[in-house]
Amino acid sequence: MSLLEVAGLTAGHGLLVACQNISFSLEAGEVLALVGANGAGKTTLLRSLAGAHRPSQGQISFAGANITGLPAHRRTALGIALVPEGRRLFTDMTVLENLQIARAAKRTGDWDLASVLDALPQLKSILTRRAGEISGGQQQATAIGRALMTNPRLLLLDELSLGLSPIAVEGVYAVLPRLIEAGIAIILVEQDLRRAMATAHRLICMLEGQIMVQGPSGSLTREAVTAAYFGLNRQAA
Amino acid sequence: MIWLNQLLQGILLGGYYALMAAGLSFLFGVMRVINLAHGSLAVLAAFLLLMIDHWLGVSPFIGLWLMLPIMALIGMVFQLGILERSLSGGPLIPLLATFGVSLLLDNILFAIFGANTQSFAPDIGSLSYGSWAIGHSIDISQLDALIFATALVLLVGMHLLLTRSQLGRMIRATAIDAEAASLSGLDPRRVRVVASVMAMIMIGVAGAALGMRSSFEPYAGGAQLIYAFEAVVIGGTGSLWGTLIGGIMLGIAQNMGATINPHLSQISGHVVFLLVLLVRMRMGSLRLGNFLRKRMRPSVVSA
Repeated sequence: MSLLEVAGLTAGHGLLVACQNISFSLEAGEVLALVGANGAGKTTLLRSLAGAHRPSQGQISFAGANITGLPAHRRTALGIALVPEGRRLFTDMTVLENLQIARAAKRTGDWDLASVLDALPQLKSILTRRAGEISGGQQQATAIGRALMTNPRLLLLDELSLGLSPIAVEGVYAVLPRLIEAGIAIILVEQDLRRAMATAHRLICMLEGQIMVQGPSGSLTREAVTAAYFGLNRQAA
Repeated sequence: MIWLNQLLQGILLGGYYALMAAGLSFLFGVMRVINLAHGSLAVLAAFLLLMIDHWLGVSPFIGLWLMLPIMALIGMVFQLGILERSLSGGPLIPLLATFGVSLLLDNILFAIFGANTQSFAPDIGSLSYGSWAIGHSIDISQLDALIFATALVLLVGMHLLLTRSQLGRMIRATAIDAEAASLSGLDPRRVRVVASVMAMIMIGVAGAALGMRSSFEPYAGGAQLIYAFEAVVIGGTGSLWGTLIGGIMLGIAQNMGATINPHLSQISGHVVFLLVLLVRMRMGSLRLGNFLRKRMRPSVVSA
């Protein structure tokens, strides 16, 4: 039994269909990269998995249970955590409070304040600062820390590098190997193809709401993924 | 000396306004809802206390402990039945819905109790007129001092709860971004019910204070709403400390106005409210330009 199974998922915004008939599965501890151009439906797919967006069709199963109709906080309690696009931190609260709030998920495990700060040492010196005042890289690290505090089995990372300087991106990505080592399954939305293929076990490339190509990172060539990314050879795909 | 006395009386009166405004300020801070039924709910609390006192023959200070749980229950029903449903409909719907509730409450109270004015003053013994004299010209009413102390304890307590406890963090997080709160494992609906219950308890205490320090009748809610609203706006919306300051400023303005001419009491308060509003619109966060800039600033900040 896979950790996550998505079958025939269709979701949209009003009349606009953002992702259509998406099916895939994810094993425990597996890292899946989701690539595709802007508007390909990656964020909507991730939000649907986290319960922040209600899909119009399809089914989502997590650890064998059908979670399609569950609200976000119930999914967090089951072990799904989303680091949302734009971070969505509680900007008027301190970094420490942003981390502490995730205790509401009432999940226990390896991740507590000490281990989160150990994995994200850049947060140690800014715990008492307001989340709205810190740099983008620090904000992203806080958002990852907040998600980790819920002790997720599945971590959904939406465009960690968006709006960050290259140095800040490196700082944020430095934590990934540790999460993978800890056995957390990860779905990673990433624009940087090279980074996606280097980090993930498996890769899905989306275009206009549909899966164009998927497979183990090693079996896909950069050219094939690029072609799918831009919708070249659409007939062939 | 008369001015010093009036200043002191104004501060004490401000304590009452702050108490009356606490629930309104809290609900606005947490849900961005301007509860137009606020004053009517305070009057409802006063009538509930009146019924309890008459049925059980107890003092309002004892009846209060029965009235507050009933108000908490009303808060739960009010939240789930009205606010929660109207919140998703944009800012206008909660405004209209709570306005409707205020009309409904006022007229239900009128149908049950008629137009007679009521007061707890006869039921609280010497507290209603007792005072401490300081020198020759300053008298501090014991009831006003009690109400001021209650407002202070309530607002400081709420502030500590919001800043120091996990429940407070949950309430603040839900206020800032309900979806992000939900993604962090909170049930925003439940948090809002808790917040509404807390607001209603504050309104209950305010309603008891209203009945003790003056009289009330079924249509008294409108005036209480206006005082509360003015205190919240003067002090800065959504800040509990600001609400205390706002209440005191309103109280001082009214008392100073009354010293000049008794007819100027109400209008002085309103003028201060309007002046503060104008200054805030020009300089503060309510300024339209700032507001638009804040709205249009991209959410992604570069490192």
